[in-house]
Order: sequence, then C-alpha cells, then structure tokens
Amino acid sequence: MQQLLTTALGGLTLGAVYAAFALALCLIWRSTRIVNFAQAPMAMITTYIALVIIDAGHSYWTGFAAALIGGLLLGAVVERVVVRPVEGKAEINAVILTLGLFILIHAVAGIVFGSRYRSFPAPFGVRGLTVGDTSIALTGFGVFTVVAVVVVMGLLVLLFRYTEVGLRMRAAAFNQEVARILGVKVGRMLTLGWALAALVGSLSGLLIAGGSLVHPAYMDSVVVYGFVAAVLGGLDSPVGSVIGGMLLGLSLSAVSGYLGSELVPLAALVILMAVLLLRPGGLFSHHAERRV
Amino acid sequence: MPTTTETAEKAHAAEPRGGLRRRWGNSVLPRHLTLAALGLLAVTVVLETTGSFANSQLASMAYLGIAAGGLTVLTGLNGQLSLGHGAFMAVGAYTTALFLDGDNPLPLPGVLAAATLVTLLVGAAVGVAAARLHGPYIAGATLALAVAVPGVVLHFDRLGGEQGLGVRMPETPAWVLDAAYFVTGSELNPTKYVAYIGWAALVVTYVLLANLMRGRVGRTWRAVRDDEVAAEIAGVHLGRARVLAFVVSTACAGLAGAVMAMAVRITAPSGFSLTLSLTLLSAVVLGGLGSLTGALIGSALLTFLPHLVTGVGVDAGLTDVRAAELAPAVYGLTMIVVILVAPAGITGTVRNLWRRRRGAA
Amino acid sequence: MFEVRDLTTSYGPVRALDGVSFTAREGRVTAVLGANGAGKTTLLRTASGLVRPQRGQVLLEGRDITRTPAEDMARLGLAHVPEGRGVITELTVEENLRLGGLHRPARTRAADVERICRLFPVLGERHDATAHVLSGGERQMLVIGRALMAAPKVLLLDEPSLGLAPRIVAQIFGLLRSLVASDGLTVVLVEQNARSALSIADVGVVLNLGKVVVQDDAAALAADEKLRHAYLGF
Repeated sequence: MQQLLTTALGGLTLGAVYAAFALALCLIWRSTRIVNFAQAPMAMITTYIALVIIDAGHSYWTGFAAALIGGLLLGAVVERVVVRPVEGKAEINAVILTLGLFILIHAVAGIVFGSRYRSFPAPFGVRGLTVGDTSIALTGFGVFTVVAVVVVMGLLVLLFRYTEVGLRMRAAAFNQEVARILGVKVGRMLTLGWALAALVGSLSGLLIAGGSLVHPAYMDSVVVYGFVAAVLGGLDSPVGSVIGGMLLGLSLSAVSGYLGSELVPLAALVILMAVLLLRPGGLFSHHAERRV
Repeated sequence: MPTTTETAEKAHAAEPRGGLRRRWGNSVLPRHLTLAALGLLAVTVVLETTGSFANSQLASMAYLGIAAGGLTVLTGLNGQLSLGHGAFMAVGAYTTALFLDGDNPLPLPGVLAAATLVTLLVGAAVGVAAARLHGPYIAGATLALAVAVPGVVLHFDRLGGEQGLGVRMPETPAWVLDAAYFVTGSELNPTKYVAYIGWAALVVTYVLLANLMRGRVGRTWRAVRDDEVAAEIAGVHLGRARVLAFVVSTACAGLAGAVMAMAVRITAPSGFSLTLSLTLLSAVVLGGLGSLTGALIGSALLTFLPHLVTGVGVDAGLTDVRAAELAPAVYGLTMIVVILVAPAGITGTVRNLWRRRRGAA
Repeated sequence: MFEVRDLTTSYGPVRALDGVSFTAREGRVTAVLGANGAGKTTLLRTASGLVRPQRGQVLLEGRDITRTPAEDMARLGLAHVPEGRGVITELTVEENLRLGGLHRPARTRAADVERICRLFPVLGERHDATAHVLSGGERQMLVIGRALMAAPKVLLLDEPSLGLAPRIVAQIFGLLRSLVASDGLTVVLVEQNARSALSIADVGVVLNLGKVVVQDDAAALAADEKLRHAYLGF
C-alpha cells in the first residue's frame, strides 16, 4: 500500500516534468515539424545558469527566473540563427542539426561548468511527510513541481486561446502561407514559439534538478521520456502531450518501483515502440492511419 | 539547397572514371580488391613504423571506421537515421567479452563472427520495427534504444554491472607471431595485433559494403531513399529494403564493438553512452553521408582530433577534463556548419570543387 | 486600381508567367481565364508577394508593391483568397475571421465579425464551430468573409467555384457582385469556369501558357465563339 502510494506520488511529480518537456517538444513540432532533440541540453545549460546565480549568493527564485528568461532567449536565438535555414527542408537535415546542437551545447557546458556532479538546491523540502509512523513520499518540492507545471500550462492556454499573439502563433503553426497572406509575420511567430518552448523545457530542467544533482548529461534521458510522452499524445496535440507525460510518469514510476530503476529507459523504449506500431497517431487519435 | 544525401549521391555518380575502372570494365569487385590490398599494405607500413600509442589510436580508428561505414550505408544510402549504433556496438562488445571468457575461448575469427551475428539478430529485430518509421520518429526510437541499453546491461549481473567485464585477449597464434617476425623483423605486441585485427576487419567490411552499394541492393536502397512511391511502383519491397539496410548496418556495428572490446580491454556501460552514438553520426555527417571514404575520414577525425584540440585547450589554460570537451564541441559545431553550409560533407564538397575545377579547365 | 506590368515569373527553368500586363479598374470585376497551367494561380501568387517575379511590376492604386513581403499586403489593402480555400481548419470560424482583421483596430474587430456574419448568415450560425466541420461552400464563404475583414481595396480570388455545386457558386458570385456595387471593391477573379466568371465580370483577361492572349469586355469575350472554343472551353 505504502509502496503503491509512493509510486503514484512519484509518478505524478515525474509525470508533471515529462508533461512539460513533452509540451516543449510538441510546441516546436507543431510549428516547424522539427523534433528538437537539443531541448535537453538547452534545458541543462539554463539550469547551470540558475546554479551559478544561486551559488553566487542570490536567492533560488532569482536563479529560477534567470533560467527561464535564459531559456526564452536561447530558444529564440537557436531558431533564428541555426534552425531557420533548414525549416521546410529534408527532415533528416533538421534532425542532424538538432543533434549537432545537442553535442555542441553538451560540450560547451563541460568546458564552462565542468563535468562533475553538482548539487542543485530546492526551494521546498524534499523530505516526505510523516503521518504516525508511516512516511509518505509527498514532498514540498513535489507539490511545487506539479503546481509550477500546472501554472505554466494554464498561462500557455490563456496565451494561445485568448490573446491575439496566441492566435497569430496558432495560425502560423497550422498554415504558414495562409497566415502570411493574412498579415501574420510567420518568422517572428516561429521564433516566439521556439522561445516559449525552450522556456517550458527550462522549467522541466529546473524541476528535475531541484534537490538533486546536475551534470552536463542529466537531461539526456529526459529528452527520450519527453519524446515518448509527446508521441503518446500524438506529437501534434499540446493537451495530448500533457496527458502522455502524466501517463508516462506514472508508468515509469511503477517500473522503477517494482522492477528496478535500471529498466526505466527500456520500459520507455517498449512503450514508444508499442505506440508507434499499434497507434501511430497517439493514444487519442481518431484516425489510426498516419505516417510516422 | 539540395538535401544532404542527394548532394553526396550526385557527387558520387559523377565521380571521374579513372584508368583502373576502364581497364577492369564494369566489374567493381577486382577494383575494390585492389584498393583493399593497397590499403592493407599501407596500414602495415604505418603500423610498423609507428609506436605503441599510435598503434592503439589506429585500432580505435579501425573500430570507429567500421561502425561509421555501417552507419553511412544506413543513413546516406537508405535515408534512415540511427542514433542507436552505440547500443549495437555494446551488443557486439559484450558478446565478444563473453565468448573470450572461460577456459576454452573460441578462436578469434569465431569470436568476431559470433559478435557480428548476435548483433545482426538484435539489429534485425529492431530493424523490423524501425522500418515502419520515418525521420524524427526513427531518430527518437533509436535514441531511446541508445539510452536503454546501458540500463539493461546493469540489470544482468553476469554482465559485470558498472565496472563492466574485462576482456581477455585471445592468445596470438604462434604462426602469426612467426609470420609477423619474418615479414617485419620485429616482435608483434598485443596492441599492434589488435590494430591489425581491426584494420583487417575494416578492409573486409568496406569491400563488402562497397560491393553492396554499387550493386543491385545499393540501387534499391537509393531508390527507397529518393522516392518511396516510385520505388514501390518499380517493384521494390520497401520494408524488406529498409530492414536489410538496418541489418547490414548493425552487423557492422557489432563487428566494430568486438574490435573495440579487444582494443579497450574492458566493456562497461559507460563506454556505450549516448555520446558514442551521436559521435558516430557526426563522423558520417562530417565525412559526407553515403560515402565510405567519408566514413573513414570522419573516423580519423574522431580519433586524432581530440588529442590535438585537447592539447590546444590545455595550452590555453583549461584543465584536462574541460579541455577534453573541446573535441565534441568541434564535432557539434562542425555538424551544424556542415548541414547549413556544405550538406555534402567533406568528401562531397571536395568532389564538387574538383568537378568544378575540371569543368572550368 | 490594380495593375500588373510585364510580370514574369519562373519556377526553375519553367516560365509560368511571361510578360503579363493588365489593369483591373476600381469597382469592377476582372476575370482572369485560361486552361489549367495557363499561369492564373501564379499570377495571383506573384501579385500578393508569395512568389518573387523575375521582372515586371505590381501596382496597387499606383503604388509599386512588387517587392513587398506577402505579410504586408493585407495592411496595404490587398487581400488574396488562395486556391483550395485556405481555411485554417484547426481554428474556429470566429478565429478564422479575426485573423482576417489583424491589422484593423482591435475595438472594431467585434463589429467587423458581426458585419461579416450578417453578410454570410451561415457563418454566424457556426460562429464557435471548428472550421473543419464546414462544407465546401461554407468554407468558401468563410475565406471570402475573412478577406473582407481586412476591408481590402483589391480582392484577389483564386478559383472560388472549384468543387462547389452550381447553386452555391451562383450564391457566392451574386454576393460578390453586390459587394462590388456597394463598396466599390476591385476584384480580380481567377477562374477555370469561364462561363460563370464572365457572367459576373466586367472585363476578361485570357491567359495561355503564361501570356495574355486577349483582354476585352466580358460580354465581347463571351460572344467570341472562336476564342471560347480555343481557350475557354465552352
């Protein structure tokens, strides 16, 4: 019983983080048809920015904000400078490009920040609650994680649904040419989309790091889990990505709790292959036929 | 801008027909065998005239070259991307470690064949699934594979956990030692022996791959890459062509893993990280997708560049550990630049320049 | 007034538009006719900045807009309704309409949407529906309504009758006619369906293989039997 509760709570927290990361991948996929594998090191490097600021004596929240803003800027620069030329070109070129970025950012982090493990603070407790003599894995930081992800998602929904910029961004994502002739500056919207996605990615990086250790590769497996979660949700649907992230978090938490944590990546691979081969359009698609 | 693979391919098609080609008519096998013999001769000269450190570097170049050769066939010729070749090398390496263990290890050719075969079977299983995927999906799936394999290794106690397995070198047969002494006049040490094994394996692999690429199978792969619909109408079984490319490619990775196990003397999960898979990809992109020459150049860069730039970094005041990250920074940056500026890679770009100059003359 | 002078556009080695010149006068419907591949769509795409011409000029009320990016055209008063409808099916009807009026002052947006919905009552009924549930005719009304949201001076329409039932085409063309009469809108109507197009057009321009074959009053073109057989297919 206690194990089940621990697994479920852990799964929810992890799921929230995967959901955020999947959402970041989905936002970029939807607007530019590129899976940004470099999202992982981008989130990693912004977390290092936060760490440097916190280690310099500033508050956690200063670092937190700086990382998010850093993510926003990094996403915009990456789209504008590196990705723009391959948009709409052969998909293999875009994939290779994001992998090149992956390697580059990794290496830069290693050069600038070193490769050793460094501990990252958490703003809230990472100890579980104790009720009577049983301890529950409900941590302050876990609650914060879920709340932060929900808040950011709520803000994104508000932005996309109820603002004019959001409408422009959606138009640019769905149909670039029509958006252009209606007067939408499509390039600008794509840059903004990448920036927002990178911000959400940075958030998931900060949440994974909280109360734990960071090193240049600490986000590498998260890009896989985020990708699996996004594919679960259909890769095209932000809501699907979020649900996919939660489902994946719960499943992987169960695998980790009952089978062993070393099998978690394998479980993710199995889930991914099962979805791609059985329901290529994601769990919630109405039409199963889809080129993957 | 043409796609990466197309450019490399066009460059390839327009390769100047040399004298050798004319003499041998249309048969490519004799030409490849001649090149192979010349290559082996060159390798022998180099290995005999350089020291132990260079020999071990050359052994690394050999296994990276074998894996990159396989990957370039898959990515450049068939248009499938694999970020999981490091994982397949792990399969080959662990198979080698296990088969060399025990009191009566298999003889060397048996071990290499076993490693290749086991990896080939794993590759076939993955390939059947992967053949149905495209672009970013296949990239994501193989990325998941690359991340999953080290964990799977940890799950089985027999595979030695984080520390990994030590690899026992097979005894160098007496006749080889005698022959080596007779030919070169010096003793054959184990490092040099592994380098010879690696390069022999590389030459054999490249001859086989080159023949495949130039033959009917290669044409089928290119047809599938360029236009699936047209290929299907022409009677190509798309799935079968893709699976075959994947299997051939993973078999190379398995062989590469076997050589790597012997060269490094230890197989541990940390040796087969995601970085290995990505670096292999960067090697084939740098060299030029779809070209074996490019794969070889790429693996040479992977082998020799780190030493060079790390030295530069240390001179510039970085610590050893940080300076070691300069090499991957260069790979990553070059990959980006190659895709943006010269999608044909090094070999393709050189060929294009050469053609342009000849055209102008 | 809308004018093109010596407009020439190529796709690689293929010259799709070869020195095309004509004037669409204010408050008139100018029909651009011709067979498939005559260059009609390329003409509109070049005019609205989606394709770069090799040579020639596009003038909107005397102002040269040849090199203006497509995203600035709506603001200048040029609206382009692309072929194949161009409804953004993932958005609602209202969102599609709002996109049409992006550069108009935000406070008049709601009134604009209401005006369009009065013009096309079906759109009013389907206001909050996702556009992919609309029928072909409704989609055509939506894209025309969306173009009108920008209060354009010139409206470029690409094959609005494509795939629609004759009754719907008649309804849409009738509405277009009345808009021209009431707002003084200038319309350039690209059509393969020459007979219907000429029935509402004032002037016709016939294209063949990227060149203007003839331009004349619509009535004169419709009466020229030889021309009709040779280029207009009726």
